[in-house]
Amino acid sequence: MKVTLWGTRGSIAAPGAETARYGGNTACVEVRGTDGTVLVLDAGTGIRRLGMSLPRSVSRVNILLTHLHMDHLQGLGFFAPLYNPEAEVHIWGPASTTLSLQRRLMRYLSPPLFPVRLRELPCRFVLHEVPCGDFEVGEFHVSSALICHPGPTVGYRIATARATLAYLTDHEPVLGMQQFPLAGEWTSGYAIAAGADLLIHDAQYSSEEYARCVGWGHSALEHALAFAALTKVKHFVPFHHDPAHDDDDLDRLTAEAVTATAPSFAISPGAEGAIFELES
Amino acid sequence: MAQKEIEVILTRQLASYLAMPIIIVDSSRTLLFYNEPAERILGMRFEETGEVPADEWMTTTLVTDEGGTPLAPEMRPLMIAVTERRPTHGDMWLQGLDHVHRHIEITAFPLIGQAERHLGAMAIFWEVKE
Repeated sequence: MKVTLWGTRGSIAAPGAETARYGGNTACVEVRGTDGTVLVLDAGTGIRRLGMSLPRSVSRVNILLTHLHMDHLQGLGFFAPLYNPEAEVHIWGPASTTLSLQRRLMRYLSPPLFPVRLRELPCRFVLHEVPCGDFEVGEFHVSSALICHPGPTVGYRIATARATLAYLTDHEPVLGMQQFPLAGEWTSGYAIAAGADLLIHDAQYSSEEYARCVGWGHSALEHALAFAALTKVKHFVPFHHDPAHDDDDLDRLTAEAVTATAPSFAISPGAEGAIFELES
Repeated sequence: MAQKEIEVILTRQLASYLAMPIIIVDSSRTLLFYNEPAERILGMRFEETGEVPADEWMTTTLVTDEGGTPLAPEMRPLMIAVTERRPTHGDMWLQGLDHVHRHIEITAFPLIGQAERHLGAMAIFWEVKE
């Protein structure tokens, strides 16, 4: 399993010299299987470059949306395979309690927000609503579960026989907790992340910033580290960086958190272009 | 360790902040959580009991009508909410582990998650001051 980060920023794209190392594109992660299966986690602005990197010979792409907030969807209309009539694009994502995934996607892929309508895209489109139990995509076994974030939002667990990736990019498991963490069974996202080889998890805020943003659906790095420790992951990738945090801020916040908590697992703050090879 | 559904986790978190007695059961009627105000009415502490299987908590709490006649489990609002998946309200007497009879009103409603997942039920108690 090869995991490539194409967009690591949260909320809104933040390009510029001050974010050049960690990147300014919003959430998008490519997961490539040894059999050539392509999974795309979220369709933030990072998906545009990912789409350009895919050979036209890739006939099927699988996009797994965690939710439909704009920073996870904004790049979808600029994803090259959508305009390839030979391509088959499967999209998994959450419906709401009243609207299907298709109707929710149409709200973005239609005027006035976007000039091309969903039905006008030349690729073959297949939509799947999650959470829907476990499913298989190529060599990957995928699980999804609703997690704590405003509106219907899922986390994904992607496993092969020998490696597991957990992706919880917008997640506030500490919300409402009088102590954190509780036991795993009472912690949002635990089942998705438990024992993963690689955890990509929301770490948008510093602890001071989180105090002003409770309930917005994101985590402080401190909370994400506690979640990673609870779930006993092997490698933690802080993700969904706040657009106000420049590269130096991220370096400092990470260094401070590592010093304070001395985690027993590896930490690699999500950087655009970073590649993680998981044994598979 | 199986994780609870997010709706159940959030319900517990809400209950832990509210001052009304609240209990939460899953679809198999296991008592998943009760908050501190409910501890006083049930006469037991969640920190000490943790989850309580249905057959245990249904027998350790005595629920009767005004005349002292025990209410069959299927007549209790929380059980109706779980098994029939509809809200209900009742007026009854409850004796918890502290052996104190309390006149209570109870409103119970099913917890139904996205995609019609039946997650259990939640009940809110009011102690009726005579």
